[in-house]
Amino acid sequence: MEGAATAALEARGLVKRYGEREALKGVDFAAQPGELLAVIGPNGAGKTTLLSILAGIVRADEGEVRLPRGEVGWVPQQAALYRRLTVEENLLLFARLEGHDDPRASVEKMLELTALGERRGEIVARLSGGNQQRVNIAIGLLARPVVLLLDEPSAGLDPRQRARLWEFVSALAERGTTVIFSTHDIQEAERYGERLLVLADGESLFDGPPQGLREAVRREAPEAASRDFETAFVAFLHHRGH
Amino acid sequence: MRWLLLKDLQILRRSPLQAVLLVAYPVLIAILVGFAISRDPGKPRVAFLNEVPRNARISVGGAQLPAVGVGGRICRRIECVDVGSRREAIEEVRSGGVLAALILPADLVDQLNSLSTPSPGTPTVEVIVNQEDPVKARLVNDRISSLLARANLLIARRIATEGGRYLDLVVNGGRFSVLGQPVEILGLGAGARILQALRPALPPGPLRSSIDQVIRFATLARDNLDIAAPLIDRLAQPIVVEKRVVNASTPPLDVFAIAVAATLTLTFVTVLLVAGSLALEREENAFPRLTRGLVSRSALLGEKVGLGVAVGLMVTLLMLAAVQLFVPLHWSRFGLWLTAILAAAGALGAAGAALGAAAREVRAVSLLAFMISLPIAFLSLIPSGAVGPVLFDAIEVVTALFPFKPALEAISAALDPAGPSIGGPLLHLAILTVAYGLIARFALRRFAAA
Ligand SMILES: Nc1ncnc2c1ncn2[C@@H]1O[C@H](COP(=O)(O)OP(=O)(O)OP(=O)(O)O)[C@@H](O)[C@H]1O
Ligand SMILES: [Mg+2]
Repeated sequence: MEGAATAALEARGLVKRYGEREALKGVDFAAQPGELLAVIGPNGAGKTTLLSILAGIVRADEGEVRLPRGEVGWVPQQAALYRRLTVEENLLLFARLEGHDDPRASVEKMLELTALGERRGEIVARLSGGNQQRVNIAIGLLARPVVLLLDEPSAGLDPRQRARLWEFVSALAERGTTVIFSTHDIQEAERYGERLLVLADGESLFDGPPQGLREAVRREAPEAASRDFETAFVAFLHHRGH
Repeated sequence: MRWLLLKDLQILRRSPLQAVLLVAYPVLIAILVGFAISRDPGKPRVAFLNEVPRNARISVGGAQLPAVGVGGRICRRIECVDVGSRREAIEEVRSGGVLAALILPADLVDQLNSLSTPSPGTPTVEVIVNQEDPVKARLVNDRISSLLARANLLIARRIATEGGRYLDLVVNGGRFSVLGQPVEILGLGAGARILQALRPALPPGPLRSSIDQVIRFATLARDNLDIAAPLIDRLAQPIVVEKRVVNASTPPLDVFAIAVAATLTLTFVTVLLVAGSLALEREENAFPRLTRGLVSRSALLGEKVGLGVAVGLMVTLLMLAAVQLFVPLHWSRFGLWLTAILAAAGALGAAGAALGAAAREVRAVSLLAFMISLPIAFLSLIPSGAVGPVLFDAIEVVTALFPFKPALEAISAALDPAGPSIGGPLLHLAILTVAYGLIARFALRRFAAA
């Protein structure tokens, strides 16, 4: 059990079946405190399933998860908020449910963070998809988590908002929060992820630093090595039979 | 939990159209059903022909009853359509313009007057009924019978009073006029006294003992007939009827109809709100976020049922307050109303939660709520005897599984001072609350996990 003492979070042999389909086929991994872990893989690879199991929303059929003491923050892929309430009402509700001492102060902080201060009084349903996602993320952050799970957090955000998001998430990680995020953007995974976990059809194909993935891709798909990383990655998946 | 409640109320306020529909639609249905089943569909239209001569008066023992009455009295209880002839009356009935025709024949008063003479006749009124609509025909018959019963009672009292006066004359003696000629009546009392005075003048023997017999008879008869006079008076009015008069200008909804309207309102508001707000948590994907430690599933269910109970209670009380404008209700029983409505709302809310837990779309669940509640409500209103006994037993079982029927029973018991006991329905509702609460809890775990 080497590393178990220091790991913030650990998962072993996770299997999840939906009827005949195996969404996860025995995934192992661990994350250290303050680590930024990117989960990448094609559609239906099992990223959401994995994060949902870690978040405690879905129960694994096999395997076990060890979570640290404290809150596990979760930002779901599909925005989980009340579309008929305003931005501020949503944040205030969750700040209160999280038991913040001063919910209004927390709301102000989140409004500032997401730069939604001007739209605080607007009904969420009338916000653009990206802005809804910003509220979705802000609600997840209200949990003041030790482990933060972000399921495709940057989907739908414009470049400036992405930059703000990653700036904030990196700051959290520096203060010791373990961050696990999924993404389809390979560049983003490489830039912000200290470690990458590649999933395809429920199997873990790679677990290591971005540099290691580049080497593996070069080794296994040499014909695409001169192309951009995304193209090379697709070739790598193809070689692995996905 | 109170924050969730606040949130749900905010959402409700944010959707005014839905909120108004949620409240207004059930109230509308409830009132329509209430009107439909109300047992008193207002005043029937009846053709009225009065052939009695204008100056004819009912007289009993020389006293004449005032002329007002007949026409006026009758037309207060039915809507009279004046007709000029018998043929016209029959034509009105045949064409469906009126439900029935009531004809007071020319000799009616003479016949009535003959009742207090030695050769009494049979006063008769004629009723012509259209049998096309048997329910309404029966209604008209009932109305007319009750009118006649009242008239009979009135006349019987007059006759009894007169009878009492004659009796008094026989017992105590006095003046009496026959064909305008005054006649002196001796009376049993005076007769006995005269015989008593005569008695000593007679020699003892058969004549004297005969007089003794007559004296004894006269004394006995006087004493007993003295008791008979008030008895006859009582006979004319055997039971004192106290009748509550409801404002005749508005068709009165009886208590049962009001209870049905209130229960329907409560059912739709509570079931729809609880099921809808629970489904909304999943439609908005908020359910997993909430139940990951922020709120327990039981607390979430409790919050939704609480929301449904609060809003359902409010709407139902408002509806009753509105009904109060037309029909007086027993507000002194407010505590019982509250108990019945709360118990009913609890069970209905739990049933709504069970429904809402199984679906994840507000639209789907609203439709489902209507599709289940409406037939159950109608089944619950089927009276025994309307269907065969086996079918009725089956209906009883089905309706006992859903809170509508016990809710209706509890609310009508609470509204009606003369109604049945409220204990049974309350217990029934409590059992259903627990059962549906457990089903909802199970359904949430089963369906909302993924
Ligand atoms: N509730 C469910 N019922 C049945 N199958 C499911 C369910 N959720 C996920 N799956 C299946 O499990 C597999 C993994 O799905 P998952 O959502 O984890 O993929 P993903 O990697 O997040 O994909 P994406 O990049 O599109 O978000 C898919 O094949 C999916 O169809
Ligand atoms: Mg996903």
